[in-house]
Amino acid sequence: MDYLQSIDWGLMLRCFIVGGLICIIGQLLLDKTKLTSARILVIFVTTGVLLGGLGIYQYLIDFAGCGATVPLFGFGANLAKGAIEAVETQGLLGAFIGGVKAASGGIAAAIFFGYIASLLAKPKIKKQ
Amino acid sequence: MNPIETPKEYNKYVEAKAPKSPILKDCFNAFWVGGLICSIGQFILEFCLYKGLDQTSASTIVSICLVAISALLTALNIFNKLGKFAGAGTLVPITGFANSIVSPAIEYKSEGYIMGVGAKMFTVAGPVLVFGISASVIVGIIACFFV
Repeated sequence: MDYLQSIDWGLMLRCFIVGGLICIIGQLLLDKTKLTSARILVIFVTTGVLLGGLGIYQYLIDFAGCGATVPLFGFGANLAKGAIEAVETQGLLGAFIGGVKAASGGIAAAIFFGYIASLLAKPKIKKQ
Repeated sequence: MNPIETPKEYNKYVEAKAPKSPILKDCFNAFWVGGLICSIGQFILEFCLYKGLDQTSASTIVSICLVAISALLTALNIFNKLGKFAGAGTLVPITGFANSIVSPAIEYKSEGYIMGVGAKMFTVAGPVLVFGISASVIVGIIACFFV
């Protein structure tokens, strides 16, 4: 198996630890504050945009790979990165195009699979 | 027991009665489940890179795969149980974003496909997109004029 030999296991370990630590931040917010999960998601994405816009988050992505990109910080950082890169080539227009373009894969997939799931799955009856 | 008269007393009473969430155990579960989800992502990423895709396409494929997996698990009602166990471990990765779209889509099916599925899909994901995209536009405008 060439593929298994090509894996950087050190990076895999850093990915696991960084991803886990970011989830602990979320868990502390859930347990220690009375924030709803929707608020926490918004806080994470907006913080990600901020960190991505300042260029700090890229260091964490280089260090931990998917450990940094898979949590919602990475979703936000990706939005910011897309906007900044598009501004370099398209000017002000890029500010409006770049962010959504960079994140479009995940958004479109979530909407599409959500719709498909609603066609196939039965809603469960809520116990009151 | 003394009668409860002020709101302050009531809050105290509720706090004493509410179950204490075992924070260390929650954090531990969030840590390893979250870490595992990120590692699965890294596994897919490395496979895409091995197949010769560039970094940007590979990480988009990772997002799409993780979203698809969590949509499937939500539809099978496994994600809810996993979410109760792992808390932020499934909420904070992109799986939480996917679940926040898929779960109401299934739940509100009975209200019809337009105003049920189509509209309720975005009860949680809507705010995330509004603030995320607005912030990215602001970042882009700042980058355009000041950098």
